[in-house]
Amino acid sequence: MTNSSKKPKKSTRKPVGITTHVDLTDTNGEGLWLESGFTAFVWAFAIATAGTLFWMSEVIFKDAWPAISKFGLEFLWNPKWDIGELQFGALPFIYGTVVSSAIAIIIAIPLGLSVAIVTSENFLPSWVRSPLGFMVELISAIPSVIVGLWGIFVLIPFLMPLQQSLFNNFSWFPLFSSEPLGPGMLPAGILLSIMILPTVAAISRDVLLAVPVDLRSASMSLGATRWETIFKLLLPAASSGIIGATILALGRALGETMAVTMVIGNSIQINQSILAPGYSIPALLASQFREAQEELHIGSLMYLALILFAITLLVNAVAVLLVQLIGVKGAKN
Amino acid sequence: MTQARNSNSIVDAEINNPLSLSRNLFSRGMTVIAFSLTGLALLPLFAILYKILSEGLTHLSWKVLVSLPAPVGVEDQPNGFANAILGTALMVGIGTLFSVPIGVMTGIFLSEFGRENKAIANTIRFITVILSSVPSIVVGVFAYALIVVTTKSFSGLAGGFALGIIMLPVVALTTEQALKLVPASYRLASAGLGGGRFQTMFRIIIPSALPTITTGILLAASRAAGETAPLIVTALSSQFWPPLVEKLGEIVQSPVGAETIAKIQEIPQTLLTPTPSMSVLIYSYASSPYKEQNELAWTAASVLLGMVLLTSLASRAVTRKRLQNR
Repeated sequence: MTNSSKKPKKSTRKPVGITTHVDLTDTNGEGLWLESGFTAFVWAFAIATAGTLFWMSEVIFKDAWPAISKFGLEFLWNPKWDIGELQFGALPFIYGTVVSSAIAIIIAIPLGLSVAIVTSENFLPSWVRSPLGFMVELISAIPSVIVGLWGIFVLIPFLMPLQQSLFNNFSWFPLFSSEPLGPGMLPAGILLSIMILPTVAAISRDVLLAVPVDLRSASMSLGATRWETIFKLLLPAASSGIIGATILALGRALGETMAVTMVIGNSIQINQSILAPGYSIPALLASQFREAQEELHIGSLMYLALILFAITLLVNAVAVLLVQLIGVKGAKN
Repeated sequence: MTQARNSNSIVDAEINNPLSLSRNLFSRGMTVIAFSLTGLALLPLFAILYKILSEGLTHLSWKVLVSLPAPVGVEDQPNGFANAILGTALMVGIGTLFSVPIGVMTGIFLSEFGRENKAIANTIRFITVILSSVPSIVVGVFAYALIVVTTKSFSGLAGGFALGIIMLPVVALTTEQALKLVPASYRLASAGLGGGRFQTMFRIIIPSALPTITTGILLAASRAAGETAPLIVTALSSQFWPPLVEKLGEIVQSPVGAETIAKIQEIPQTLLTPTPSMSVLIYSYASSPYKEQNELAWTAASVLLGMVLLTSLASRAVTRKRLQNR
């Protein structure tokens, strides 16, 4: 590549002070040393970054070992969490994490898809569309502790009448069968849905935009309306990407800590009503680690962290692979 | 509606009456639904911003930014969170020190060395992406197990380490993107002039990608500044100045001599003590029963959000411009 096509021209004069015998295959000297040193450094740091993930799992597993060896897998469905008696079970926290995340996903999907459709279709001129998408993405930049602060002082008082009327009118329905206290699963789920909305919206939007324009034009020219095109063509074509976005959002919801801790009510009782307070794994970790003294207590918290780590790892890996797969397919089109 | 007015020509009727009532209604109805759901999605953003501006800015003053938290019930003492601002800066600083070299090097690997080792680069990129989605509380638990348990003390060092782990994948992935924006012709030109990999990288590629890399680092730092969960389990909080800041103050004030050297030697220990931060302050004051502490939480939230959003907006503006220029 560096071969010069220039031939030495008439200047036959040798420049003074430059030796003619330059060995291009010379392997001595600082240049090469620098080169291989640099390469080694880059490799080492890249492997260190990747290794962090394994290091993390190893360290947490090691510290969780006392609890793992004591309780085994029974830990997963044991509902008892008693620090005094040193009896620990994860069920209330797994339940709370799953239920609050489920509420969040159920709310976030229609909202996120609407945002994605409105910002990817040409309902609005593009100078309105991109700020709109940008504003939704801005939500993800708000620190979760601030969202939680807002949840305590604005969302919970705002939701209180709604929760009360749900209880008054539908208390026969198991999900609304308890007197609302304010903090609870429902406010936590709603807060979570606000926080994962940008994830759903942004990725779904990218996937929708990746659907080839030809398909759209073909559908429209066959007489389909805009919404018929969206429902029969765009959404099915983008469905795997949208599912990927949803799983990614689920991963965020499962691990979200502060906002949930502040509004979920932190109660160890499992209650089938979503108006009742609950607890999630991250919330428990955030609120009990500071006071944990007993080895078994710390071990059980580590065990919970390990469970959370494993679940989010799995969920995110599936989502990332799914989204990457779409990207590869999209590039081929 | 679709019934042919002229029985001779169905086609004519179709053209005159292209859309049936139900299809028309469905189309309009869905548009209305989609727009109202989008509005609903934006509502929380405005509600949060409005509440923070209205609650936070009313109590924001210079005094709040430079004084320590006053004990509850003391009226005549200035009340503020200067210690938390410094503590956040300190821990984000530690995190940056630790994550930037590793992150930038990983970014270089992914973008420059990944070409010849596609499989390895893809694996490392995948793991880095996964690392960025590990819940921050799990990162906090990791730092707790690694540093708090070993040193037997909640500390700013552990907090900074946790923030560094959170920043690491962000720095690595943004660096990769930044380096990919540098045109291949620059690399060819450098190689053509006989530049080695190291020279090409540090004389040509990194300088031209530096603004974008810096933006990525800033973005990661602003994200770390807002993190709370890992700090709760590692750095805890305190009502006093971060010990490092206090120690530095003593060093500046004391006369130069053996005493100063002794004080400088004590610096590492100051990192092994609980350190206050903005986000933990907001968390603990939010659930406080005292009104003045609640107000301080809002003020701190407005300062923190201001910092985070400004960095985020600025960095997006810079990256967008760069992307358009290419």
